[in-house]
Formats: sequence, C-alpha cells, structure tokens
Amino acid sequence: MFRNQYDTDVTTWSPAGRLFQVEYAMEAVKQGSAAIGLRSKTHIVLGCVNKANSELSSHQKKIFKVDDHIGVAIAGLTADGRVLSRYMRNECINYSFTYESPLPVGRLVVQLADKAQVCTQRSWKRPYGVGLLVAGLDESGAHLYYNCPSGNYFEYQAFAIGSRSQAAKTYLERRFENFSDSSRDDLVKDALMAIRETLQGETLKSSICTVAVVGVGEPFHILEQETVQQMIDAFEIVGEQEGPAAEPDAAAAAGQEAAAADQGGSTEEGVAPMDI
Amino acid sequence: MAKQQANWSPYDNNGGSCVAIAGADYCVIAADTRMSTGYNILTREYSKICKLADKCVMASSGFQADVKALQKQLAARHLIYQHQHNKQMSCPAMAQLLSNTLYYKRFFPYYSFNVLGGLDNEGKGCVFTYDAVGSYEKVGYSSQGSGSTLITPFLDNQLKSPSPLLLPVQDAVTPLVEAEAIDLVKTVFASASERDIYTGDKIEIVVVNATGIRREYMELRKD
Repeated sequence: MFRNQYDTDVTTWSPAGRLFQVEYAMEAVKQGSAAIGLRSKTHIVLGCVNKANSELSSHQKKIFKVDDHIGVAIAGLTADGRVLSRYMRNECINYSFTYESPLPVGRLVVQLADKAQVCTQRSWKRPYGVGLLVAGLDESGAHLYYNCPSGNYFEYQAFAIGSRSQAAKTYLERRFENFSDSSRDDLVKDALMAIRETLQGETLKSSICTVAVVGVGEPFHILEQETVQQMIDAFEIVGEQEGPAAEPDAAAAAGQEAAAADQGGSTEEGVAPMDI
Repeated sequence: MAKQQANWSPYDNNGGSCVAIAGADYCVIAADTRMSTGYNILTREYSKICKLADKCVMASSGFQADVKALQKQLAARHLIYQHQHNKQMSCPAMAQLLSNTLYYKRFFPYYSFNVLGGLDNEGKGCVFTYDAVGSYEKVGYSSQGSGSTLITPFLDNQLKSPSPLLLPVQDAVTPLVEAEAIDLVKTVFASASERDIYTGDKIEIVVVNATGIRREYMELRKD
C-alpha cells in the first residue's frame, strides 16, 4: 500500500524497514531467463536458457568465463552482468599477478557482494539488476554461490534463478542429496533436466540452452552445441517415458527415478533469504 | 661542489644472450640458461624464454627482475585480450603490445633486451627485435644480450639477405629448413660461449611451428 511513496530512490527506507528499489532489482532477476547451477565434490555445472529477442537476432550471452577456475551464469539485466563479469575477471587477473595463484572463490564473491552493497547505499546509484551464479573451484573444493542485487550471497549445492526457475528448483531439491558424489556426466545430465523443467513443455534443444563445466583437472569452458545435443538425445528417449514434467507431482510417473517422492508439489516461497 | 654520484643503482645486468630465427613455416627462439651478476654465476639453469601466446614466444636478456615483471604484465594483458576477443593474440599484435608496454616506462625503463618470435596469422615465421624502450622492427633473425656482438655478425654472414632497398623485394625469412636453423643456433651459441663469459651452461631452444611449440636443450661450456 505504501510502496509507491517509499520506492523512489534506494536510500529511502519504508516504514516496514524495506528498501523497495533493492526489491525491485531482485524482481528484475526473476524476469530474466533461467540460469541454473549444481555441484558435486569435484565439478560444478552451470546452465542457462537462451532467450533471443526475435528469430532474426542471436541470443544474449549469459555464461561468462571469469578465470580458468571460475565461471558465472547470470539472470536479469545482462548488461549489468557483463560489467560485473569484467570486474570479476580483473580481480582474478590482479590477484594472480600479485600472488601467482588463483583467486579463492569465496574471496571473489565477497568482493562482488560488497560492490553490490555500495549501490544500495548511494543516492546517485542504482542496484545492479542481475543475479549471478558463481561457480568456482579452489583449494577448499568445488563451490557454487548466488550473488543477489541486495549484496547478499549464499552458497548452494544447487540453485536456479530467473523466470520459471521454481520448477527447476523443485527438481533440484528432490535430487540434490545425490549430487555430491555424482559423476561429471551425470551432473551435466541433471543440469539439462533442470533446464528442461523451466521450459514448461517446450522441447529441449542445444540451440536454446548453454551449458558450462568447471572441475578438477578441467578448466572452465562452455560445452560445444553438438556435445550438448548428444547428451540431450541420449536421455530424451528415457525422458519420454517420464511424461509431462511441468508439475513436480508428475514425478510419480517416472518410475525409474523418484526415489523419495517426499515433498510432493510444494510451491513454497523460493529460498527465503533471497526474497527478504 | 663535485657532481653527485649515485650510491646505488636500481638496475643490474644478469647477462646472457638470446637469438631468434624466422623460417617459412617455423620460428626458432633460443637463449642460454646462465644467470650472472658481476663476475659471479647466480644459477646455471634459469630460463629467459617465456611463452606469451599460443604461437608467440619471447626471449629476453638484461635485468631478469625487470624481465620477469615485463613477462607478467604481458601475460595479464593477454588474458584480458582473450576475454574480450575470444581468441589468442597473434604474434604481430603481441609485438605491438610489447612495444607499447616498454615505451610506457620510457623514463624508468625495463632493462630488458627482447626478441619476440612466433608465427604470424598466415603461419609464416616472424621475429621482432627490440631495444629497452620499445623501438622494434620485424626482421628475419636477431640476437640480443651480452653475446649479441659475437653472434650477430655470424648470423649476418649466414642469413643476411641482400639490401632491402633492392627490387624485387626479398623476404626476410630464411630459406633454411627447421633442422638447419636449429643447427645454426647451436653453432652460434657454442661460438659465443667461447669468448663471452656471461654466455654458457646450457641453451634452451624453443621451436614454434604449425604443430605447436616444442623445447630442447643443449649443453654448453660451463666456464
């Protein structure tokens, strides 16, 4: 009811103690096309749905290599994402230059979060309108982080952001306990399945999605379209037997998988902290 | 009042020699592995050669601390280039970058005498030679460092093409085959280490060709 009075600039609090501009920025993330990430002990896979403005145009780049051991997938204002990727690349290069070793992922996400926080406390700035899934490998293992426009960041075993990400999140929630020990290929397969969940019935093709992998002994790289298509074809046949994957309830039809049909079709509020 | 003399110099000369020869489809870059200071040897196994890009290798003699700093700068700039352009830098591009980087410190130079070697965009060998502040030229062969005064005349005798002012224009690259060029490099270093006290121990030879980059070593006089 009072949103309109207190949402003009980011330095104005609402009576309920909220910063609406920041929340609107998070809204921008939810409007962007989906991006997902999942990790095992040794590998992290990032995937995203490529949305092109029209048939004539190419799709936007949503996955960026930041360094050999770090990559990022974005959802929201891709221009903001590009700028932040450039910042991250710079930080990695400078750290490598000074310390002759790769920048630990945890450090990078903190720097990124602090940078985002600055924009929530200056009247002449606006928050970045992009959510980042940062995938990285360092001495302490494989990590997947989510950085919000609010300046918060969280570590995840698996996560999805952007439009229709709830479907992917539910899919991941069902299976995340197994990810730790998954093989690299199984992880990629799960990523593709999660992407498919966000498509709501549309056929999954390698032309509308991008997948990237980073892992032990494997520098961050985006998988070739043919490789991705081959993997899709491999499980499409299996997938057909699953039935429509739109609602998590339909998982019951997939006799092979659904080990624990636990929390059925829970359309819970996303992962709470992100939504304040 | 007598003119003030410096009681300390920011520079030191670690000696050594570098050579590079360009061929039709290869490039040979070589440097000795001795690092000295004054009349002493610091180590017999120091590499003066650095791979800057897929098909681009640099050998530098002079003050190795400055050389190391220069190599790191170029490596970082190359990473940025790769992020922006999605490809490796070509040898001519790296050559220009090196020149600019050196001139940037025109008033406190990198004490580094460089030869850059590799393949250009068409796969032909190319060698670029520099002074300490970035003046550079594309040549068919070059030598820098403490032994260069001994090496260059020998290379001139074996490889020098007739005047570039003559027509028809002659290619700078040598007609020699890869194996012959490597042999020439070994001979040239063996000669230099006879008379130059700063050159010796081992030669590190790097060959860049269509199949990639390979490295070989040859022993030299240890005295």
